[in-house]
Amino acid sequence: MTPIDLMAFARAVSSGDVRVVDLTQTLSQEFPTIVLPPELGQCAPFRIEEVSRYDERGPAWYWNNISMGEHTGTHFDAPVHWISGKGLPNNAVDTIEVRQFIAPACVLDCSAACANNPDFALTIPFVEEWEARHGKIEPGNWVLLRTDWSKKTYPDYAGLRDDGAHTPGPEPAVVKWFVEQRDVHGFGTETIGTDFGQGHHFNPPYPAHFYMHGKGRFGLQCLTNLDLLPPKGAVIIAAPLKIKNGSGSPLRVLALLPGGST
Amino acid sequence: MASSAIRKSYDGVVLCAPVTVPYRRYSINSAHWWIGRALHALVKQAKITPQDIDGFAVSSFTVAPDTAVGLTQHFGLSPRWLDHIPFGGASGIVALRRAARAVQAGDADIVACVGADTNHVDSFRKTLSTFSRFAQDAVYPYGSGGANASFALITKNYMKMYGAKREDFGKLCIAQRDNALSIPYAMMKKKLTLDEYMAARPIADPIHLFDCVMPCAGAEALLVCREDTAKSLGLPFVRVVSTIERHNAFTNDPMQVRGGWALDIDELWSAAGLTPADVDFVETYDDYPVIVMMQLEDLGFCKKGEGPDFVRSHDFANGGTFPHNTSGGQLSVGQAGAGGGFLGLVEAMRQLIGEPIGSAVADAKTGLVSGFGMINYDRGLSSCAAILARA
Amino acid sequence: MTEPLVRPKRKNPLKRTRLPLSPQGVRSRTAHGITAAAAEGRFALQVCLDCSAVIYPPRDACPSCLSARIPFRDVDNGGVLVAETTVQTSTDPYFRERMPWRVGTVKLDAGPPIVAHLHGDTLEGQRVRMQFKLDRSGSAVALALPDKDTPNMAEDPHLREMTCDPTFRRVLVTDGRTVVGQAMAKAFSDAGAGIVFVGLADPWKPFPGFDALKAIERVEIVPLDVTDTESVTEQAEQNGARIDIVVNTAEHVRAGGVVDRHGLTVAREQIDIRYLGLMRLAQAFGPVLRFRGADGVNSAAAFVNLLSVHALMNWPAYGSYSAAEAACLSAAQCMRTELRPGGVKVVNVFFGPLETEWFQTVPPPKVTPAALAAAVIRALKQGVEDVFVGDIAEDIRARLAVNPKALEREMAG
Repeated sequence: MTPIDLMAFARAVSSGDVRVVDLTQTLSQEFPTIVLPPELGQCAPFRIEEVSRYDERGPAWYWNNISMGEHTGTHFDAPVHWISGKGLPNNAVDTIEVRQFIAPACVLDCSAACANNPDFALTIPFVEEWEARHGKIEPGNWVLLRTDWSKKTYPDYAGLRDDGAHTPGPEPAVVKWFVEQRDVHGFGTETIGTDFGQGHHFNPPYPAHFYMHGKGRFGLQCLTNLDLLPPKGAVIIAAPLKIKNGSGSPLRVLALLPGGST
Repeated sequence: MASSAIRKSYDGVVLCAPVTVPYRRYSINSAHWWIGRALHALVKQAKITPQDIDGFAVSSFTVAPDTAVGLTQHFGLSPRWLDHIPFGGASGIVALRRAARAVQAGDADIVACVGADTNHVDSFRKTLSTFSRFAQDAVYPYGSGGANASFALITKNYMKMYGAKREDFGKLCIAQRDNALSIPYAMMKKKLTLDEYMAARPIADPIHLFDCVMPCAGAEALLVCREDTAKSLGLPFVRVVSTIERHNAFTNDPMQVRGGWALDIDELWSAAGLTPADVDFVETYDDYPVIVMMQLEDLGFCKKGEGPDFVRSHDFANGGTFPHNTSGGQLSVGQAGAGGGFLGLVEAMRQLIGEPIGSAVADAKTGLVSGFGMINYDRGLSSCAAILARA
Repeated sequence: MTEPLVRPKRKNPLKRTRLPLSPQGVRSRTAHGITAAAAEGRFALQVCLDCSAVIYPPRDACPSCLSARIPFRDVDNGGVLVAETTVQTSTDPYFRERMPWRVGTVKLDAGPPIVAHLHGDTLEGQRVRMQFKLDRSGSAVALALPDKDTPNMAEDPHLREMTCDPTFRRVLVTDGRTVVGQAMAKAFSDAGAGIVFVGLADPWKPFPGFDALKAIERVEIVPLDVTDTESVTEQAEQNGARIDIVVNTAEHVRAGGVVDRHGLTVAREQIDIRYLGLMRLAQAFGPVLRFRGADGVNSAAAFVNLLSVHALMNWPAYGSYSAAEAACLSAAQCMRTELRPGGVKVVNVFFGPLETEWFQTVPPPKVTPAALAAAVIRALKQGVEDVFVGDIAEDIRARLAVNPKALEREMAG
């Protein structure tokens, strides 16, 4: 096989022949986090404390100490995050084989269906209809759910009402189908969490986590700019921090696309 | 409770060498400097050396952190009798009483008594905040920044109880001012009219500007010794006839309308073998005119409550019917801190010796000096008096 | 007659702000027995256990019998104003710019004469009620009030100088998400505050009382998250100069102990929300409050801490919570010293269990949010700085005063 010319690839990135699109939300204090029942442990929000800013605390430098949870902001979920994946080999962010952090993506555009319906649930028929137009989802691909949810204001983005969150997500059947019939790499969403907002009522509850992590697959959430990606053809770089026994981490998610004027 | 012993006389004890270091409104010098000037004047006047001073009594608010003992080394004195008297306006007569008994007992031969204070621009504030524990806890938080409010309350109450009017206090102040016109170092140099007195800036009603002394820097001093010592030094001298002293009298009076003299005044006159009619002049302690009026009553010149009438019916000039505060008192000359407690004593000595700085009381044979002071909380605690006689 | 306060005009932004000054605040240790009474709104003097003499000024031996057994006891506060004067000029810088100022001598029914500040409606020769109040130096002074309440009494300039009356003052309630915060907002609005800023974090998280909170008169919702330094700093930059009273309602009540608890996340939340939240508020708002302590009718007046009484003695069932509250108490004591140069009071309001969700299983007596808010308003009007609200808080305080070790053991039961 002809060796890949990585230098050509690097030149292409530099020149714009390979476009790099940032799929990451800025880590900030205001960004909503997952909210669990108050009796349970909560995800720490992103917080930043200035250590010094060219002042008496440090005359020539500016730096901060930061704190957050593994699942704050745009983040990666490892299989060990869920009970269904707890015993699998190489299931934490520091033990996942690093080549798994680069993979192609199929982007399912549900933005029209979600436009007025925060309770949109992704089903097998919807995906089959997408495959009819764009071809089968190949093994080893990320499935990214484009809902344009990242364009909403934070209250609508979080979608919290007095019975919990109302945000789009997959039905149990389609997730099971992804892992068993399509051997997907992982599932990514724009919303807080890969699961349907009311996913605690599904059977099993939180099927995106249950089935994906149960099969050693990964999750990405709070993505943005999915509307800039083609249905197929983007390559995703998603490398979480190497946290000891980490269940996930905030990370920079980048999409590589063929260049051109757009 | 009657006193258990008959008070000893002061036979053989005399006062000599009256010294005043001329007052200045503000001074950059320390209290030590002013005390030093007084000691210097004493030894010059008495033609002795500092080493001849074997007793030393000092009163000064601004000499901190020193007390009398630090001053011995400061001035090169080696006394065998030493006292520090922090009683404010009562310090002069109290010093006299202590020194007189020391001399009588042979504990000291020549006692220098000095009352002196400096006055820096911020002296008043610094002295106030550490004046007394009760003042710190229960007076200065209430705003007048000094004793004015306390004496305003005393004055108001006295006026209500006994019908005194501002004009009565004014008369006392005006007469004293006249007596001060011939004192070159007096802080107040002009005649005072009743209109000026009444219209003066209000301080804390009913007290107005001319009811208050002007703080200044200065020193007053004298020597206490045996009569034969004074004679051998060739110094004119004055006899001590009788004295009284009392602190914290009449604790149950809700407000001060009398001083401790009222408790002991009969003994002052009987020990002297004199009556109030026998004195030729009176030097009262005049921090505020209301206290002058109280002294006129409590020293026996009239009954309690008759002060206003007494003032209205007497002439307080040196040539008048009741020569009073014959060099003008503190109200005219200024209050040199603890020096104010010695001012009347030293002036009385000069009148009896016949060498006043200002105008003379004719044929002064007997004088009464009164001291008062230490408004610890809401009343002056210390009172004292002495009857002195021409040699 | 006390003139009613007029709503102050908007501050002229080109005018220099009057800086705070303090009356003489030094007191002997014994005299601070009165400071302790004033901090709680009590009228107490030394009473001799051996001869019953009532003593003033404070001292270290009975002036009647020289006994040293002269503890402070609450005494009758009635008296007669024997003499009064209006001071027109003073060398004291604080009073100098507040002339004329009335003081007088009150003969107490209980015995001694007291030199006191006078409320404008007191009359020479008439009966008065005495109070000990903390003045701007933080030390106690005596104040005579008219025997019966008079119209607009609280608006007397002497009295207002010694209190933190919310009338016309602008208040920040740091967290409106909780029922306590909502009750506090209503109470301040009813008490005549000029504006009630109410802080809310995480606007994307709805909560039931939001509509009712918004509807309260003169409430302005502002973004504020006490766990976010940038949020607190920004709020202080925007509104700090027009906030006169800060009431910290941020809370994080969770049952659970120290040994008997799994993990640290709840403790970390407690420390972050309660202790570090207080630090953030102190750093952001403290300096401007201190600066504005003498800034007119609606000067900066107070920082109110709502503290569990278990800051004083740990309650093991809520042991981690108690420890975080203790941290807040210590920080508040530091703040007292730091804000004193501005004459700004740090008011600590201690309460036992509340009638709120996280104390649900605790048996009564419990304090309702409305009662807690009313106690805060009262404390500010009185100018006290240590307040115990409700039966449990009073009980803990009483037992602490007698035998802290016994209380420590009893808290386990």
